Amino acid sequence: MSGNKEEEDPRINGIKTKIRVVPDFPKKGIMFQDITTVLLDPKAFKDTIDLFVERYRDKNISVVAGIEARGFIFGPPIALAIGAKFVPLRKPKKLPGETIFEEYELEYGNDRLEMHIGAVEAGDRALVVDDLIATGGTLCAAINLLERVGEEVVECACVIELPELKGRQRLKGKPLCMLVEYR
Amino acid sequence: MQTIISPLLVSHRLSLAPPVPRLLNNYHHRARPSIRLSSHRSTNSLRLFSSAIVAAAASRDSEMATEDVQDPRIAKIASSIRVIPDFPKPGIMFQDITTLLLDTEAFKDTIALFVERYKDKDISVVAGVEARGFIFGPPIALAIGAKFVPMRKPKKLPGKVISEEYSLEYGTDKIEMHVGAVEPGERAIIIDDLIATGGTLAAAIRLLERVGVKIVECACVIELPELKGKDKLGETPLFVLVSSA
Repeated sequence: MSGNKEEEDPRINGIKTKIRVVPDFPKKGIMFQDITTVLLDPKAFKDTIDLFVERYRDKNISVVAGIEARGFIFGPPIALAIGAKFVPLRKPKKLPGETIFEEYELEYGNDRLEMHIGAVEAGDRALVVDDLIATGGTLCAAINLLERVGEEVVECACVIELPELKGRQRLKGKPLCMLVEYR
Repeated sequence: MQTIISPLLVSHRLSLAPPVPRLLNNYHHRARPSIRLSSHRSTNSLRLFSSAIVAAAASRDSEMATEDVQDPRIAKIASSIRVIPDFPKPGIMFQDITTLLLDTEAFKDTIALFVERYKDKDISVVAGVEARGFIFGPPIALAIGAKFVPMRKPKKLPGKVISEEYSLEYGTDKIEMHVGAVEPGERAIIIDDLIATGGTLAAAIRLLERVGVKIVECACVIELPELKGKDKLGETPLFVLVSSA
């Protein structure tokens, strides 16, 4: 199954119209996709979650990994609805106890994503969730972390894709499911 | 004005740690181990119930003060929380809820306990404090049909924001919210995983009050009662599931 937009579902348009585009944030030239306005509309937020839950509930997913911080907003409701564990993937030094990390590139410099050791068991089927995929660097780091501990990453799920940044190609062959494209 | 909590609701309000040894959680001093003995339970339950009961206007029913009923889901939730010594620095016993999130039943029950409490209270706003408030807030908001409003560290929210400063042990920090996220007259709850000194929650309350929102309650999974965070919340009541003392 290659990643697909949820086609024709009438709920998609409702979600899309709720996303607010903020120009020049965090810096000039970037059109920031703000999902907080989706969260202010209970129906649009619920529809967003429902669309993912409907897709994943019969896929034997045992782990939903959410990327800090906006992945923490969408991941847990999906995890709860499909009966999966929720695993937060965090910026450095936030998780207590033993962690592993994966480095990834930013426009300037590097950053790291961390996960708890022992959070997941080898052989779990995992979903990675974030609000948006841009270059795919963070999602790629997330996939690497999960695979290093023996997880099977089934798919990446994002509300929004910026297809021109070709992040989809950075996912180590994993499919991407997104709801809304922004060109 | 204050929400009057009925005695029925109070019986769900469980704030006792389970009767297993739990290390004393003490953010600012050297940690020392402490066992919660069952003989202390009724005193603690009185104190904790009274801390959770609406202050000021609420009439305190004497039955409520002596009730010692624990929802069976609480023990499992409490035991799913992992305590990590010396994080983020020596002497601090960190309450790690990530292990709760790995226990699907405990996580589900945590959300259910909050949803049961708030679903008929006309709450239109669930405000969650970054970042662990983002984990618990949205499922509650979705279940009760409220908006979710993220309250974030500086410079994370795009567009127009209002901010509120609060004190840290050394220095200050800020919490921000979008302008226009909420409207005057809305009824809100504020969610975070844990209340320690209460500084962040107090700032969140101030922020919402500045725009005319009524904060019905602050809700946390865990309280560190020795840090007296509840005292910083003014008239706003606090509801917690687990008390770590």
